[in-house]
Amino acid sequence: MMLEIALELEGRTMFETLDQIFVTLKHQAVAFFPDVWQPLVSALISIAFIPLVFATLFAVVTIFERKGIGRIQNRYGPNRVGIPLTKIRLCGFGQFIPDGLKMLTKEDIVPRAADKVVHFLAPVVLLVPVLLAYAVLPMGRNMTAVDLDAGVLFFFAVGGAVELSVFMAGWSSHNKYSLLGAMRAIAQMISYEIPLILSAVTVIMIVGSLKTVDIVAAQNHYLFGLAHWFVFTPWGLAGFILFFISSLAESNRTPFDLPEAESEIIAGYFTEYSGFKFALFFLGEYLGMFAVSGLGITLFLGGWTAPFSFLTWVPSYVWFFAKLLALVFTFIWIRGTLPRLRMDQLMNFAWKFMLPMSLVNIIAAGAWHFLGAGWLRWAFCSALIFGSYAILGWGLMQNQKLGKRTYRFAD
Amino acid sequence: MSPVFVIIAFVTLLAAAAAMSLRNLVHCALSLVVALAGLAALYLQLDAQFVGFAQILVYVGAVAILIVFAVLLTRSDATPNQAILAPGWIVGILVSAVVFAMLGWAALNSPGLPREMPPTPEATVKNIGDLLMTRYVLPLEVIGLLLTAALIGAVIIAMKEETPKSCSSRRESAPSEKLERTDPALRDGYEAEKGDGV
Repeated sequence: MMLEIALELEGRTMFETLDQIFVTLKHQAVAFFPDVWQPLVSALISIAFIPLVFATLFAVVTIFERKGIGRIQNRYGPNRVGIPLTKIRLCGFGQFIPDGLKMLTKEDIVPRAADKVVHFLAPVVLLVPVLLAYAVLPMGRNMTAVDLDAGVLFFFAVGGAVELSVFMAGWSSHNKYSLLGAMRAIAQMISYEIPLILSAVTVIMIVGSLKTVDIVAAQNHYLFGLAHWFVFTPWGLAGFILFFISSLAESNRTPFDLPEAESEIIAGYFTEYSGFKFALFFLGEYLGMFAVSGLGITLFLGGWTAPFSFLTWVPSYVWFFAKLLALVFTFIWIRGTLPRLRMDQLMNFAWKFMLPMSLVNIIAAGAWHFLGAGWLRWAFCSALIFGSYAILGWGLMQNQKLGKRTYRFAD
Repeated sequence: MSPVFVIIAFVTLLAAAAAMSLRNLVHCALSLVVALAGLAALYLQLDAQFVGFAQILVYVGAVAILIVFAVLLTRSDATPNQAILAPGWIVGILVSAVVFAMLGWAALNSPGLPREMPPTPEATVKNIGDLLMTRYVLPLEVIGLLLTAALIGAVIIAMKEETPKSCSSRRESAPSEKLERTDPALRDGYEAEKGDGV
């Protein structure tokens, strides 16, 4: 085993070594242990990597988000706290340390009327499936924790448990706002799960595999220096946009943040949570956002592959995390830009627009597969998608009776 | 029997028993979810990835939510005060044990049962997909048709009963109706604002 690794390292260039550095380090760490323990140690290292990296990312992204929203809203974000006990400020990026300590040391209040067991279990049930979902994401070349035969299905299956935890939190709190938030959350998640899965189906149809590693490999070739990502095809572009909107809704982000709308229902389903349990909900929400973005990257944005062939020397994990941060930035940008939807707008959008469009997109992907290479499939798929988009949009706007906006009190 | 199987089976059975015997209906539903997830774990332990994940996706993700919603929308707040077990539960257990023994005896002695273990089939997702699209395409289509019919039926039941006349009148008189609809809300908002100011 060791010899093989050493031999592998011999023939590599510097960039390849850098690309595989975490894999090599893991192999070397595992080799210290006796043979019997090696599978267990290998699994433990792969598992430990996920919470470690993504919890750190969560901490940084919360500050990133507060500063970004601050910038959009023309105010300062957090800009005081740096490294504790020193005068280094780091533009406020040390804020997450006192925030985390505060969450850990706060009193944990459980309402007297609450269902104690379910109230306690809900944050746990939220976090476990979210962390499980990371197991199938390829975060770099040879960097997939578990390469399951039905990887994409696994991702969606564990995602289903999130709805249950939301219900548990909302119901066990015995608070009308919590229950309202849970009802809204479940209705929203179920509605948007369908376009989420259906838009992912197109990629599975084209690749012919549910393995995340295979899906990335299918996008890892270049034409005239440009990567063969699925987002660069008509059905892939439509699929990615549908997937992205659904993932916004699945992670309860603005404009789909009705379940925790502060101005209406306090904090929705986690109104009655305090201290570290509240932090767990917060963490679960962000980790869910990262996970679904990671799946979007894997399906449509080429996973860990470089966009241009002359950039393939950059290590694969750098690409994955760069794309992840870019998507998260888009999430924050949208949060700072769009207002919250109304419940009927939310439902109408899901069932009257997202669902038909994702079904049309499946037909387009099928046509793409059977028409063979050439300009014909580009023309046909583009015409199908844009035609149905135009017809659907026109039809839905007909019923809206939208006139010129008049201001009653602002004039 | 591997220890993994024993643990999963124990948890599943315990959760199923809890689902039948707990007083609070939502607790019962949640225990049922644990039992269903245990079944999925059993499938996974048999290396049937697709069935296992589909079980989680369908039962934990969808059916459980449906049950919980149904409980929430229909139940009265009070949990039952009388005993969970009916008076004749001993007789019930006896009858079910006898029925189970008879069914088991019949199954074990039936000539249709293969004597040896058949070779483990290759149940990859691809194989399942191929079979669903070739050999079992007709049952699949029938199920699809049935589910679509059920879906349309559910929508029709859930739809508000509206006479065609009111439908058409709404379409004609939409602008004025829109004004009526938006007016009170705006007025309320305005009044609330004034109230705050005072």
